[in-house]
Amino acid sequence: MPISRRGGAGPSLTLLRRLCSAVAVAGDEGQVRKIVLDELEPAATDVKVDALGNVLITRKGKGGRRLKVMVDAHMDEVGFMLVADSGDGLYEFATVGNLDARGIAGKPVVVGRKHTPGVVGAKAIHLMSADDLKRPIAMEALRIDLGPGGKAEVGDRGTFAPNFRRAGPSVMSKSLDDRLGVSILIELLKHAPANVDLLAAFTVQEEIGLRGAKVAASYFKPDLAIVVDATAAHDLPMQRDAENHFYNSKLGLGPAIYVSNGTAIDDPRLVRFLIETAARARIPCQVRQPGGGGTDAGAIQRALDGVPVVSVSVPHRYPHTAMSIARLEDWHNTYALLSTALRRITPDILRGRT
Amino acid sequence: MKQLLQRLTETFGPSGHEDAIRDLIRKEVRGLADEIRTDALGNLVVRKRPSGERHPKDGPRKIMLAAHMDEIGLAVTHVDNKGFVHFTSVGWVYPPNLPGSRVRFMNGTAGVIGLEPTDHASDVPPLDRMFIDVGATSSRDCPVKTGDVAGFERPFLDLGKRVAAKSMDDRIGCAVAIEALRKLGRTPNDIYFVFTTQEEVGTRGAQTSAYGIDPDLGFSIDVTGWGDTPGMRNFEIALGKGPAIKIRDAGMLSDPRIVKWMERTAKKNRIAYQREVLTDGTTDARAMQLVRAGVPVGCVSIPCRYVHTASEMVDMGDVENAVKLVVALLRAPVNLG
Amino acid sequence: MTDILPFLKSLISVAGLSAYEDPVLQLIKKEWTPLVDEISISRLGSLHALKRGSGRGKHPTIMIATHMDAIGLMVTSIVEGVLHVGEIGGVDPRILPGTPVLVHGKRALPGVVAIPPLLALPEDKRSAPVGLRNLLVDVGLPPGSVEGVVRVGDLISFDTNAVELAGETLSGHSLDNRASVAALTVCLEELKRKEHSWDVWAVATAQEEETYGGGATSAFELHPDLAVAIDVTHAKAPGAENWQTMGLGKGPAIGWGANLHPFLHKRLQELAKKLEIPISVDLTPEHSGTDAYAMQVAREGIPSMLLSIPLRYMHTAVEVIAIKDVQRVGRLLAEFISGLEPDFMSTITWEEKDADK
Repeated sequence: MPISRRGGAGPSLTLLRRLCSAVAVAGDEGQVRKIVLDELEPAATDVKVDALGNVLITRKGKGGRRLKVMVDAHMDEVGFMLVADSGDGLYEFATVGNLDARGIAGKPVVVGRKHTPGVVGAKAIHLMSADDLKRPIAMEALRIDLGPGGKAEVGDRGTFAPNFRRAGPSVMSKSLDDRLGVSILIELLKHAPANVDLLAAFTVQEEIGLRGAKVAASYFKPDLAIVVDATAAHDLPMQRDAENHFYNSKLGLGPAIYVSNGTAIDDPRLVRFLIETAARARIPCQVRQPGGGGTDAGAIQRALDGVPVVSVSVPHRYPHTAMSIARLEDWHNTYALLSTALRRITPDILRGRT
Repeated sequence: MKQLLQRLTETFGPSGHEDAIRDLIRKEVRGLADEIRTDALGNLVVRKRPSGERHPKDGPRKIMLAAHMDEIGLAVTHVDNKGFVHFTSVGWVYPPNLPGSRVRFMNGTAGVIGLEPTDHASDVPPLDRMFIDVGATSSRDCPVKTGDVAGFERPFLDLGKRVAAKSMDDRIGCAVAIEALRKLGRTPNDIYFVFTTQEEVGTRGAQTSAYGIDPDLGFSIDVTGWGDTPGMRNFEIALGKGPAIKIRDAGMLSDPRIVKWMERTAKKNRIAYQREVLTDGTTDARAMQLVRAGVPVGCVSIPCRYVHTASEMVDMGDVENAVKLVVALLRAPVNLG
Repeated sequence: MTDILPFLKSLISVAGLSAYEDPVLQLIKKEWTPLVDEISISRLGSLHALKRGSGRGKHPTIMIATHMDAIGLMVTSIVEGVLHVGEIGGVDPRILPGTPVLVHGKRALPGVVAIPPLLALPEDKRSAPVGLRNLLVDVGLPPGSVEGVVRVGDLISFDTNAVELAGETLSGHSLDNRASVAALTVCLEELKRKEHSWDVWAVATAQEEETYGGGATSAFELHPDLAVAIDVTHAKAPGAENWQTMGLGKGPAIGWGANLHPFLHKRLQELAKKLEIPISVDLTPEHSGTDAYAMQVAREGIPSMLLSIPLRYMHTAVEVIAIKDVQRVGRLLAEFISGLEPDFMSTITWEEKDADK
């Protein structure tokens, strides 16, 4: 029997652009924290910013026996930290999180709270020998260049320069991982359903060890948890006749539901519940390939005496680079799936066999 | 005990999919325990309460034993146009152990492992250049799909004094725990036999179940490696020399008091044992050690040859002595000195 | 200021490997008992010492963790009286050959780490540095007498002496992290002479070098409002000159990075400036590699700080520190603690006053 999509139109592109344009490297998430609080604080009464900087918001439901459902999205992104002043506006930097090292040289960046503009330069091709060109660019040789006399503080964080753009059915930007998830969670809170206690965790430091999620779960003590993240789509065509069998997820096929990743095995009851919800509400969805990667579910599942978890992600190409690509409809469908699914949760959801 | 072991090892339960093995163990322990429950991550927690005599002055000790129910396996990543099943590992799977193996999916489908060709015939390709052939000819007629999980298939082999099977890691631990429970009788201790989930992917079940139980001390029962076959060096554990008392492995240092307690008990009960220092691999004890305010832990190990292949081999004398040791440890008041 | 050198020398003259910290625990317990109100040992073997704040009623608490365990080796097998070994904590095998050691069997046997004769090594291992699997420890006894005294699983600790070098520096093994234990002792001695409204838990943690287990479990048990780790950091030395290295003898380093609360970092920096204690900033972009890593995510999260003593040649048997830096850390911490207002926790914030974008 079909069911209808619930929860309104979903998050706006304006909100997503604002989120993606913020600089919030793991360990220094203030700019996204501010947006989340601006969006939600007026309406929400139970808001806590904890010792690590997580934003933890409780929206109680009404009536009957209600499950405590934690929904999680991480505020942090991968980026850089300035580690030494080399003089003349040049700074040595270290990476924070798993950046693709091949995508760093030759990019515009911004540093610090004021988004001081700079570049990570690269030696001109004219000045390289044929041998040089065969070797990868050495990370230790790279510098952030703010221009002669440019000033920043050692210890400041930086990211690729904000570069959000709409390209037909797609969005392109840095930090789609996980501003896509953060925007969805903001919207879910704004249209929180009455049948569950919604415990929203906007976490920190996911990219460097799922650190915020661990303490958020200890605080919330949920009955179950749903993690909203962004997952890689390696769905490009192969050369010649080979079939691509390691795509992880694909653009355009809807929210990617996890069965397992490198940090957690998703609870099969919750996986089945989401797939069934999608089918009945006619929301396209796909099953992400098992294994690899990691989400906050890994930390939440192991918190306290154990929490059943499931992760759902928006597929995106070129993760952890200066510009990723996602489909707007995948993002909207992820919101629709979660919004619809939350409203269908009853205490019976965890009965039955895995 | 061999029949129990055969039943346990011939059941399928890769990490995260332990329902069948949990059901089997639950049947085996029914009637032997005071409380049986399943927790949020699927751990089977079997409690044997103290019998009301010989309590130490400060109350009965809460002891947690962990033996993991899950085994290593494979998970389907993609079924291609020709019906070949591509996969990734569940737990640590060593590619040279795969060629020629047979697998069984949780839905009953059977298959064999095939390899893409390599430059040299003696090279083993990595897992993403292997595949499972279930006899399908297209993705449409393939009875398995992305996310489905399989275990390795190999029947139990009885060689008399020694036996071999797949998933001896850690069904042997489960068997020892079940037998110890059967033989235990009265005890002054409050004992939690925990058949854990998801050990092979990171000792996850042990961590959460230990948090829930908050034991005074604990130990795992698991396999350890072997040093007594041709070419093995610098590892002194051998089959037939008794269970091993673990001093250290790659993830954990046993609490010295627990090691002493185990050695004293073994000596007092004239049980032959070995001292174990393992440089790679770890057990559920590592997770138990760091929950809450900390737990003194150790491990009783069963020497096992060919670990993480489909023919893991143990010595039944070692197994019976492990049961004796565990019973002796649990039956008396615990003094960690 | 108390002369901390004799105590520090005694700390680096005993063993106390991860999980087997008792020898050094007993030394620390003896030294701390007159300085605190209560002292006890945790389930994992960490030492917990409480110095209560003044005034009645409940006080906020600060926990200071200094790990007392040291790296070393463990016997993995015995072949004809010669010992094969594995590591406890992270050991670079290239610095081991020729190091004097103590083998803790039935009695303590002096020994040396040695490279076997070339032809005794497997062929493919003869030109590369000799890894741990192929090194051996020789106790100088005939084969028959070794097996009676030494067993698989016995510990082996470094046995170099504590030696004062020029420039008021000290060299020896286990300065990582006994130098920090000494610094915490200086802090406790200072606090005897100061008023403080907060309760102070001085904790010598166990097993940091292996699992950060002591930091994690003690933080869980004590559930403090604030946590500080004192550890060592890399000092500039030949071949080690980059941004990860601090000047030896140039003052404590205050940690900055994801592990550590920026508000607390700034407060410590301002205090150091006021006290004219030279400091540097120890950048740890992701992971501090100390007990602070575990303490920050204990329970529902604890705001954490890191104070480090610059040290050369970390994880060798000839580590070097400047004694002045030990004293500076102790003093800075004591001033920080006595300056904590009763309502300090309500002032900790994540947002900058000159906020945002």
